[in-house]
Amino acid sequence: MSELHAIALAVNGRKVDAKVEPRRLLADFLRRDLDLTGTHIGCEHGVCGACTILVDGVPVRSCLMFAVQADGCEVVTIEGLAGEDGRLSPLQQEFREHHALQCGFCTPGVLISLTGLLDASPDPDEATIRDVVSGHICRCTGYQAMIAAARAVGGRVASGRS
Amino acid sequence: MATRYLGAAVRRVEDSRLLKGEGCYLDDLALPAGLETAFVRSTIAHGLIRAVDASAARALPGVLAVYLAEDLGPSARRPMPLAAPHPLLTQPRTQAPLATDEVCYVGQPIALVVADNRYIAEDAAALVAIDYDPLPVITDCRRALDSAAALAHRGADHNRAATLTARFGDAAAAFAGAAFSVVERIEMERGGAHSMEGRGVAAMPSPDGMGITLWSSTQAPYMIRRLLAAHLDWDESRIRVIAPDVGGGFGPKAVFYPEEVVIPLAALRLRRPVRWVEDRREHFQATTQQRLQAWDVEVAADVAGRLIAIRGRGVHDAGAFVPYGVLLPLSSLWPFPGPYALEALDLSLDVVFTNMVPTSPVRGAGRPYANFVIERLVDRVADALALDRAEIRRRNFIPRDKFPYATGMTYRDGSKVTYDSGDFEACLTEAMRRAEYADFATRRAAAAERGLRRGIGLASYVEDTGAGPFEGVSVRVLPNGRVHAVTSAASQGQGHATIIAQICADALGISPDLVTVTSADTDALAYGMGTYGSRVAVAAGSSALNAAAAVRAKALRLAASLLQCASDDLTIAEGRIVRRSGPADTGLDLALLAARLAGTPGIPLPDGFAPGLEATDYAPIAATATASGTHIAEVEVDPATGAVAVVAYVVAHDCGNVLNPLLVDGQILGGVVHGIGNALFEQMVYDPTGQPLSSNYGEYLLPLASEMPRIDIAHIETPSPHNPLGAKGAGEGGTIPAAAALISALEDALRGEGARFSKHPVSPEDVIEAIQLGRCVREVVPSASPGGGLLEIAGG
Ligand code: FES
Ligand code: FES
Repeated sequence: MSELHAIALAVNGRKVDAKVEPRRLLADFLRRDLDLTGTHIGCEHGVCGACTILVDGVPVRSCLMFAVQADGCEVVTIEGLAGEDGRLSPLQQEFREHHALQCGFCTPGVLISLTGLLDASPDPDEATIRDVVSGHICRCTGYQAMIAAARAVGGRVASGRS
Repeated sequence: MATRYLGAAVRRVEDSRLLKGEGCYLDDLALPAGLETAFVRSTIAHGLIRAVDASAARALPGVLAVYLAEDLGPSARRPMPLAAPHPLLTQPRTQAPLATDEVCYVGQPIALVVADNRYIAEDAAALVAIDYDPLPVITDCRRALDSAAALAHRGADHNRAATLTARFGDAAAAFAGAAFSVVERIEMERGGAHSMEGRGVAAMPSPDGMGITLWSSTQAPYMIRRLLAAHLDWDESRIRVIAPDVGGGFGPKAVFYPEEVVIPLAALRLRRPVRWVEDRREHFQATTQQRLQAWDVEVAADVAGRLIAIRGRGVHDAGAFVPYGVLLPLSSLWPFPGPYALEALDLSLDVVFTNMVPTSPVRGAGRPYANFVIERLVDRVADALALDRAEIRRRNFIPRDKFPYATGMTYRDGSKVTYDSGDFEACLTEAMRRAEYADFATRRAAAAERGLRRGIGLASYVEDTGAGPFEGVSVRVLPNGRVHAVTSAASQGQGHATIIAQICADALGISPDLVTVTSADTDALAYGMGTYGSRVAVAAGSSALNAAAAVRAKALRLAASLLQCASDDLTIAEGRIVRRSGPADTGLDLALLAARLAGTPGIPLPDGFAPGLEATDYAPIAATATASGTHIAEVEVDPATGAVAVVAYVVAHDCGNVLNPLLVDGQILGGVVHGIGNALFEQMVYDPTGQPLSSNYGEYLLPLASEMPRIDIAHIETPSPHNPLGAKGAGEGGTIPAAAALISALEDALRGEGARFSKHPVSPEDVIEAIQLGRCVREVVPSASPGGGLLEIAGG
């Protein structure tokens, strides 16, 4: 196979050095090489949003990015949202309160996108939230509770991450 | 026992893990030295395999094996067992796990590549060269029985798999005596399930090579075990099937698939764990789909809008095989005549083969078809008489004092379809109140000022839920006082664990957080069915109730014997045994009792007590529980673009006693959105050669948050008399009437143009066309003789 490239990045605050094939998707790198299986793959073509992670603070589709492109970046995955002690972030907590997840497969991606939104603008209006959620496909919940959950967080304390 | 948690909006016990990304779905399983795979699938819809050259694939570094049917023994080549045989199924065709000579749909598995990782497996799969002799293709089920139609299977006499009929009363006489009748052609297009997690299978041989553990993202692990054992001719005891966290099911994950045979065969051969995970393109090609049916139907009514009879002929697209027999088309007949009392019914449904992926139940199974047909007809009669659409429903509902009500139909086991309880009018009235139905004209006028057409529409429905015969639950108090409940019912996100935890918590006087619920492991409980047909809360819930009550009784009996008092004097609060009178504290708690019955070496158990503070129950479910309700949709149509905006949506739903409103609402919301997808977006498009033209989410539209209205839900509770919880299923009622309600609203919006829609999905192009073609509302023509004087309204 093709030669390996050395990359160095930070994932959930931890430094990672690795060697990857140029074609290795960032999603597969996270899931298989780093065992961070919370990032899910639902479509592999950038539409469903299940694989969304934060790269340098911005939500991106990890199925549309190669691992080599993350060289030098700071990556946050769903595993990085809760506190070190396992405490849910306020957004995660509100998802539970509002029953904003069912099978939970789309959930990590949605949480990441909304975390990105709340980090950038702590009190988004419903239209903005709806717009962000519409970047995700959820077959279970009908979206309504996700929007309510994000609204409940809005204005309070952003996403709770420092 | 007091119900403190049952009926309350208890937050889910499942969530913390899932919210932190700690769920363990099939692709997340850590399999030691596991291999990954890619299937080589047919690229043509019908043909003969002349030759397969896998040499280049086999030579690729990292490839362990490329298996054709001939490489994996006879069980890779023989047709798979039929999940639900039926006497009317005259061609019970199922596919072999790997195709040997004939392929009948694009996506049919032909070979399996096993490699060190998925990248290599896919590289190798692309190197497998297959030479085909193409055969003629049939994709249009409406033409499948024409004498000139291509045959979906070489050498077959015709494409008919079965003809199903449903009748009661004397339809001919009813039509002859009716004031008028309306005919209609109704069509529903193919759609997919689109669970966000695709299917997946992993298999690991046992160390002695005698057995196998199979993980499948299935809704029905016990059925997989049974059918796999039958197919391999193994004892069931050699097979363990586990469903891990599953990312949505919606029906197709209750099918026994070729991949569930091929992956274990490969693992047995290689003596290593092997995994296959479906990608989205495969989901489009190889996971069962639903919702293609076409009907020519006719309804007879009197001048007061009383429906008298329905008759018609339909055709159902089975796709290339019938893994589920005729369960899906049958379940599209049972729900007739919906919530309405009719004198007569006469339906026949041809189930036909086509060269497309098989169809199976998808959320609602056959019920959304029936609902769409019935509700379109009801709207037609209302329009013909210029009667309000709500009023005509009210006039035709089975009244609440008529339950139990036998509709005249029969289930496949020969029993009468009987609605156990309900209050259809209460649901309609509540839905109308919340939808502010009476004030609609004002909103329509306001929309018109903005250049938009606003419409309101409704659909009422019944749903047979909670199918038997049983689902198992065992409840065990652990020596530390926590409770472990095990159920055979797999979960795909419905929240079963929370319902069961609520039930156990009430029975044992503890918090639901102290209950751990595990499910869907065939080694953990002897028998089980599966998750389908909105049955788990009813079936598993009833078993949990019985098992937890038995555990409670045993705990109190043991405590009474230790304290030398009557067990009636005792109760459980916060996990402690307390006296009802006198000083409460007994010094006993559940942990202590559980530890006592867990046994200590050399110390006998208390007299008369069997080991373990546990009980297992399989509550028999003898009759279905009838959920029902009314949906009201309000839409705005832009006549310039054909765009349809759903601006309001109300559900009034009766699923008996609501066990957890949070979960029930969640089920309804998800279901409604699925139905809105059916109404406006979702369609699998195939070209005439059987190539799927919808193979990604640019070509197949799913409903997104941007299109969804705020959905308002009301609960009407008429408890089911058939189970101890008084519950009815809630998983599918959201989907069943949604397309009918929405399309009713769409027609209402374009009433001025005289538009008619009798199919789904309705695209913006369809809307524009309907506006341009604008059909006039016709006069009511009294019918003089049977079949004569029909009031004909052509469909879209
Ligand atoms: S998996 Fe990346 S967007 Fe769907
Ligand atoms: S919770 Fe199942 S897909 Fe969103």
